[in-house]
Amino acid sequence: MDDIQKRILSEVADLHDVPEGAYNIRVDGGSAGRRSTENIEIIPKPEGSGLDIRIKPGTRRESVHIPVILSKTGMKEVVYNDFYIGEDSDVVIVAGCGIHNGGSQDSQHDGIHRFFVGRGAKMRYVEKHYGEGDGTGKRILNPVTELHLEADSTAELEMVQIRGVDSTERVTTAELAEGARLVVQERLMTHGTQSAVSVYKVDMNGENSTSDVVSRSVARDDSYQKFDALINGNAPCRGHSECDAIIMDRARVLAVPQLDANNIDAALIHEAAIGKIAGDQLIKLMTLGLTEAEAEEQIINGFLK
Amino acid sequence: MLELQNVSYTVEDEGRPVEILKDVSFKVDDRKFVVITGPNGGGKSTIARLISGVAVPTGGRIIFDGQDITKLSITERAKLGVGYALQQPVRFKGIDVKDLLRIAAGHKLTTDEACSYLSRVGLCARDYINREVNASLSGGELKRIEIATLLARKPKLSVFDEPEAGIDLWSFQNLIRVFEIMRSEIEDGSILIISHQERILDIADEIIVVADGHIERQGPKDDILPHLVGTTSAISGCTRLVERS
Ligand SMILES: Nc1ncnc2c1ncn2[C@@H]1O[C@H](COP(=O)(O)OP(=O)(O)OP(=O)(O)O)[C@@H](O)[C@H]1O
Ligand SMILES: [Mg+2]
Repeated sequence: MDDIQKRILSEVADLHDVPEGAYNIRVDGGSAGRRSTENIEIIPKPEGSGLDIRIKPGTRRESVHIPVILSKTGMKEVVYNDFYIGEDSDVVIVAGCGIHNGGSQDSQHDGIHRFFVGRGAKMRYVEKHYGEGDGTGKRILNPVTELHLEADSTAELEMVQIRGVDSTERVTTAELAEGARLVVQERLMTHGTQSAVSVYKVDMNGENSTSDVVSRSVARDDSYQKFDALINGNAPCRGHSECDAIIMDRARVLAVPQLDANNIDAALIHEAAIGKIAGDQLIKLMTLGLTEAEAEEQIINGFLK
Repeated sequence: MLELQNVSYTVEDEGRPVEILKDVSFKVDDRKFVVITGPNGGGKSTIARLISGVAVPTGGRIIFDGQDITKLSITERAKLGVGYALQQPVRFKGIDVKDLLRIAAGHKLTTDEACSYLSRVGLCARDYINREVNASLSGGELKRIEIATLLARKPKLSVFDEPEAGIDLWSFQNLIRVFEIMRSEIEDGSILIISHQERILDIADEIIVVADGHIERQGPKDDILPHLVGTTSAISGCTRLVERS
């Protein structure tokens, strides 16, 4: 890997070297390193179209890193990764994609991830998106995340996109069996003329399933964001979604929350708030000696922490 | 030293000028403890806002340590040594107590330092240091944290707007001790407090009574306090407690 690729790797996966545990590092369409472990098997699909990742039942405190790096202008790829997470396991999966586009053609990575989370298993999934490079070509990421949560399983998703991605359309769907738990935390910042669309569709089909989808975002300059979340309560369940956005400059934020309860014991809540940085927050930090720009920075950093 | 010279403040309300403050002049000398009191809506908080730069006077001048600060920004005044604890503290999502104290101090703080400021305002530091300064804090907790930020900042002039509001009476003596330490710790530091509390008025060097947008009276505590006792400007703790229960 060259320096650019290494830097992107540290941005999206906090990695400076090969990680511990199982991993596959994808660079410009090929594999730049792969390791399976006793409990976690990474099997490439034909022709570099993706991976099957099989985690044995009962695997505990192990991790899988599958970062993706695009450093050539004009790269376009669709990758299918399927995760089979065995019963009662407890694992961390670190994905993430970084694009360096120094040229005039668009670079695009569409990662289609399907998760089959077994009974009683617990998965934490961390995904960071990052773009850089001063070419005129766009950096485009359209991830699809499909979750199938079996009884009493848990999926915690942390999805972060702070910088450099021109266009994203993220689709996340989930179906929850009884006692399953879904927690999503999205952190998003857009600037320039970027556009970011997040679509969630959560089906709570099992009794006592719970879901909590929270998006915090900052839209600057002329950027556009859309948060579109549909929570279906098809059983006695508890669902919560929240969109909390700071809008700046000439940006636009559209929140489209939908709750669909078709069981008398489905309890669904949605909260949405869009607004500029509160003037009194800026004033307070300025009375502590910060300039207006520094105060803004502190408020945004805290908000997206 | 802070000096307000013939300060006035007029705002437009539905096209008509409304005079909020007229011809306000007073001094806060170094090492002095001055209390502003007076009825609700009299203009006390407006004075604090003008001193800190949150609002700009429409007439008159504000002098701080010999420099005319009337037109300076909030940030510039803060850097010169003006500190301001708001009547209604601000809440922040994602900024925790330690962040706020660090910003106030203007440098990295050790956990011990941060904790010492919190203990001084009667908060068990361990429980608060990592709490977010958000809606989950009670009004009284927030008010104490607001005071702690000024302790961390150590400004030359500290302006407190009704610091006692929302703070239970049992902590009152400690609060007063906080102000006294503050005044003694900062060489030439002075304190300006807006308050209705008799016990705070009682430790003042000077008292200024503001009503209806102007200064009704000002002078040494011993001259002013006798006129106030029994009026709404000086409510003793017990009276308030009785009224509340
Ligand atoms: N920007 C403004 N526009 C209109 N009216 C204002 C403005 N700022 C202050 N006022 C009015 O000026 C008066 C003085 O307000 P101020 O907050 O200074 O009172 P105060 O003495 O601090 O009262 P309290 O004891 O209730 O805190 C009030 O009647 C208030 O409504
Ligand atoms: Mg007031």
